[in-house]
This record gives sequence, structure tokens and C-alpha cells, in this order.
Amino acid sequence: MSQVKAEHLCKDYGGVTALANVTLAVESGERRAIIGPNGAGKTTLFKLIAGEIAPTKGRIHFDGHDITDLPVHTRANLGLSHTFQRNNLFFDLTVLENVRLAVQHHRGIAGQVLKSVSGYSAVNAEAESILARLRLAAQSQQLARNLAYGQQRALEVALALATEPRALLLDEPTAGMSPAETIEMTRFIESLPRSLTMLIVEHDMDVVFSLADRITVLHYGEVIAEGAPGEVRANPLVQEIYLGAPPSVPPRGG
Amino acid sequence: MARHWKWAALIVAILAAIVYPYAVRSYFLSLAIEVLIYSIFAMSLDLLLGYTGLTSFGHAAFFGLGAYILAYTALGLTDNILVTVPLVIIGAALLALIIGFFALRTSGIYFLMVTMAFAQMLFSIAISWSDVTGGSDGLAGVPRPVIGVGAWAYTFDSRESYYYLVLAFFLLSWIALRSIVGSPFGAALRGIRDNEQRMRALGYNTFRYKMAAFVIGGAFAGLAGALLTHFTQHAAPETLYWATSGQVMIMLIVGGVGTLVGPMLGAAVIRLLPTFVSSYTERWEIVLGLVFILFVLFAPRGIVGLLRRAVEKRP
Repeated sequence: MSQVKAEHLCKDYGGVTALANVTLAVESGERRAIIGPNGAGKTTLFKLIAGEIAPTKGRIHFDGHDITDLPVHTRANLGLSHTFQRNNLFFDLTVLENVRLAVQHHRGIAGQVLKSVSGYSAVNAEAESILARLRLAAQSQQLARNLAYGQQRALEVALALATEPRALLLDEPTAGMSPAETIEMTRFIESLPRSLTMLIVEHDMDVVFSLADRITVLHYGEVIAEGAPGEVRANPLVQEIYLGAPPSVPPRGG
Repeated sequence: MARHWKWAALIVAILAAIVYPYAVRSYFLSLAIEVLIYSIFAMSLDLLLGYTGLTSFGHAAFFGLGAYILAYTALGLTDNILVTVPLVIIGAALLALIIGFFALRTSGIYFLMVTMAFAQMLFSIAISWSDVTGGSDGLAGVPRPVIGVGAWAYTFDSRESYYYLVLAFFLLSWIALRSIVGSPFGAALRGIRDNEQRMRALGYNTFRYKMAAFVIGGAFAGLAGALLTHFTQHAAPETLYWATSGQVMIMLIVGGVGTLVGPMLGAAVIRLLPTFVSSYTERWEIVLGLVFILFVLFAPRGIVGLLRRAVEKRP
């Protein structure tokens, strides 16, 4: 059964169509990349699935439930977690406090008022182990705003993972990273359990082709191709508008 | 090492607070009672403003409602604080639930305006519904509180005994709020202050958390209003007026937002300033305004921020 399903999704912004009739089905455990030129509607599609914005038309399903009208936090509690294209952290809290907020919520103790945060050793241990996996252990006491950009990007992924999602939406996880950091992040994402469903928007084609089981290509808000990486690479339409040849129409901004 | 100093300072402060009534004239005892009451009020606002990022400009609503509920029950029903204080806390919490239901759907300047509007609405009710509220005179002749039942009843009729009652409530409030801000719930509030969108993305129903903070803050503000009414023996409509909301916010800003010590220091400075300045000039409000402007411009983290900077500068 497909885990994340979008049916005939449309999104208009005051007359401008960002997404026109996109249908998409991602299997449980699949790693799906969404690619396309700037302005193709990748981030719009992402925000719709995550629940950050509401669609003009169409439905979204997760694990067989219609989640179209559910708010972001309910979707997160169902196991659908997402990262942001621009770092969206708790900048005035420490790195450990950032991750602890995610851990304490999924462990169901975020409403506790009697015991001090430091008394929950299991929460702290879990937060620290996530930081260690993303090589942020040494920075755990720093304020998030004082991290290097690449480290903030890693913390962005750490926060989404700390909610223990069943499906993870990654919006350009390596954007702005150095080549070395990009390789490290790609390896880390590769190392995540195969049971975790992933949707990845990414500009870096090396990252896309090394991670994705299947690729969906968006262009001007529509799906123009979908398939295994080899098929998509061989698709002449994709080659023409995106991969090799210069686009016949100048891409829109955003 | 720093921890030991903190505990030592705390014990000295509590001991000093206990012997204080024996060391000063009754005028200064009255001032101390007011400072303690306004400290509870300011701490309760800091839970909203400093910890959750909710800029409420209608905190007087809860303070004033506490004052009126207490005066009304103490005059008509009972002056036993085992009954009146729970009533005040429940009443203020319910009011916070109602105001929060509407106000927490907005944020920023709109939240500020909506909370202020609700408080002003209560103020005009207090003025015009004179059968119940005593109109612009308020409710006078409120007795000092009693605790216990039958032969074990005790009346806090001396100023000294009332000071100790207020001190006990102050310490309880401080311990409770300290526990709240240090808990996972308190961490969630700071998360909302810092980045509410991300909190939702992590699965937090932020509306509920903000509502819980608003209700807790309202309840403590109600308690402060009730304690003031027992002390002045009078519930006045001014307790609901927007200037009361403004005054407690100035206390917070001068003392230092986002700490619990800050509101206490701010309450002390703002309550004591008129006393000392008025021996030099009658225009003490101008001095208060200047102090406020200077803090906003040069010490936005308040007295606590200044002290921290001084400690960090030392080698």
C-alpha cells in the first residue's frame, strides 16, 4: 500500500498556478526524489504534504487516512515529519535543547511540570545519541545560532528525525553545504533505516541519483516524468528541459 | 562552586525576609508587603511574556478579578483563605480560559490589543455595575483573612502576621513557577517563544500549550490581586485599569524579562522609586518614565542583564 499519496493536488497563489493537478504515490519504505527546475512547484508540493499550506484542490493521504484537512502538528503526530528549506531551528536554545524538544514530545512527557528537564535521563540520552549520529555531539551546549551553516543544516535533519517519523520529507537537505558536508549528509541519509519512507527535494543531482529509488520530475507545476533513476535519466523530455540541454523557456524564480 | 553561592544567597535572603519585620518601621513593612505581592504579579506575567513570548497587555484583568472575587466573598461569604484563595484562583483561571480562547488565535500586536480590550471591558463593567462592584468606589471594608476552622482559626490582623502570610504565598508561587519553567512543559514554552512554527512541525499543539501558560499566569495574577485586596482592605476598579497592566510590564522590563528574579527586582524598584523620589520632587512619574526609557534603550535585559554583564566582565 502506498504510504504517502497525493491526488490531483492544485495550488493557486492569487491566480498564479504553482501546482496543477499533481498525483503521486510513494510506497512504504520508498525513497522518492522530487526534482525540477526552479519554480517547478517542488517546495509547494512539499508544504502541501507537510501541512504548512492548504491545497486549492485535491486530497492528500497518509497510511490510508485522508490528512488533507489536518493541521501540521497532527500530521507530525501520525508520523509524517518534515525539514525546512531554510534553517528553521530554535536559534536561541542550545543544540541539545533543540533536539530534546522533539524527543520529549514523542515520548509523551512534554506536559510534565513537576520534574526538571535534566531529571529525564532517558530523554537526554536519546537526544545526545541523535546528535552523535549527526556529528553534533561536541556542539550540544552551543546556541543553535552560533553553529556553522552546515551544522545548522544537520540539526535541521536531527530535529525531524528525533520525532521518530515513519515518513520523512527532506526539503533540500544539502542546500548551501560544502562538497565535503554534502557527501557526509548524503551518506547519513543513506544510512537511515530502509523502513523509513523518504521524500527528498534536492538540486544536487549526485545526491538525487545516489539516494532515490524513484524520481518524480516536476515542470511548471505538473509531473512530466516518473520512474527509476535510469528511466528518468534516459527520458528525452527530462533531458531537454532539465538535465542537459538549456531550457527552452527561462525558469521562473523561487 | 557557583551553585553553593546561590544556595547560600537564597538562605540569607529567606532569613533576612523572616527577621525583616523586627528590623524596620511599619511603613517599610507595608512597602515590603506590596513588593512581595507585585513580585507574584510580575512573575505571573513573565511566564507569558518572558517564557512563552506572549505580550499580554491585559494582565490587570486577572489581578483585578482576583481583587473583586476576594472582596465580594470576604464581605459576603467568608474571609477564610482556605475558601477564598481557591475561589480566586479558579475564577482567574476561568477568565484566562475565556480570554485566551479568543486572544490566543492572534499574535503580536493583535494579541496585545485583544488582551487589553478584554481588561478594559472588565474595567468598565466594574465601574458601571455598581450594585455588585461598588462602582468607582470599589468594595471597601474588606477584612483581614482568617485561616483554619473553629478553635484552630487564626486571624492575620497584625501587619506583621499578614507580612508572613504574603511571604509564604510569595515563596510558594516562586517555587511553583520555578518548577514549571524548569520542567519539560517550561522547555516547550521556550520552544514556542523561539519558533512556534517549528514546534508545530515537531507535533506540538501549540495552542494548548499557550493556553495552559495563559491560565497558569492568570491564576497567579489573581492570587496577587486577592493578596493586595486583603492588605489595602479595598478592591478598587484601578486594579483592572490598563495602567495596572502597563505598570507590571514596566516592572518586568526594568527587572529583566525571562527570569524569575528579574520580576522581583523590577517590582521592588518600581514600588520603591516613588517613595524615595517623592522626597525630592513631586513629579516622581517623570523620573519613573525616564528610568523606563533608559532601561529600554541601554539595558533591554533589565537589572538582571546588567548584573550578568557585570559578573561576566570580572576575570
